[in-house]
Amino acid sequence: MRVSVQSEDFDAGRECTRLLEGRRDIGAVASFIGVVRGDGGVETMTLEHYPGMTEKALEAIVDEACSRWPAVVGVRVIHRVGELRVGEQIVFVGVAGGHRGEAFAACEFIMDYLKTRAPFWKKEQTAAGSRWVEARDSDDAAAARW
Amino acid sequence: MKVHVRYFASLRESVGRAGEEIEFAGDRLSVAGLREHLAAHGVDVLGQTATLRAAVNQVMAGPETAVGDGDEVAFFPPVTGG
Repeated sequence: MRVSVQSEDFDAGRECTRLLEGRRDIGAVASFIGVVRGDGGVETMTLEHYPGMTEKALEAIVDEACSRWPAVVGVRVIHRVGELRVGEQIVFVGVAGGHRGEAFAACEFIMDYLKTRAPFWKKEQTAAGSRWVEARDSDDAAAARW
Repeated sequence: MKVHVRYFASLRESVGRAGEEIEFAGDRLSVAGLREHLAAHGVDVLGQTATLRAAVNQVMAGPETAVGDGDEVAFFPPVTGG
């Protein structure tokens, strides 16, 4: 299983260990964890998604990463949905490869593509009310680098 | 032809519902054509929001992407996951 969309939290250490299980060809695991930031009085964040499309979009992004970096031998993506508090984990990407170069690059590529192509939407809740997070041009620019 | 339309996030809230079934004469139109039809038939916000994205059968689509009978077409704001 490469992709999960879930409300439950995840254990990043365990996910990295799973990428290594039973393999002798891995020399590097790069991972990324996205966390709910408490900017601007944010107390909680609600993540909505498009069930069905979300999983397909994430699988397509992982396929693209594996074709661009053939030395990548394992990928795990977990994205949480529902209500999350400040400091909670939102997303995990782990990439295993022979060497660090492809692991770092593919991990960053997957995050940049996820932020612009996977159908998730964040709504922030503050003491003053709630607001939908606006997409940022810098995320489009980050995805366009690849 | 019949199309299953879905709305997400701030657009879902603006429209006031998560989706609808639309029936048309004809057997094909584009995403842009469907959006114009909906905007002209009560979903005003689809004509007022410049930055909407769309998907046809759960794959990202452009304005020219074809829509056929039985397709699922979703409209939503630019994504903000991660």
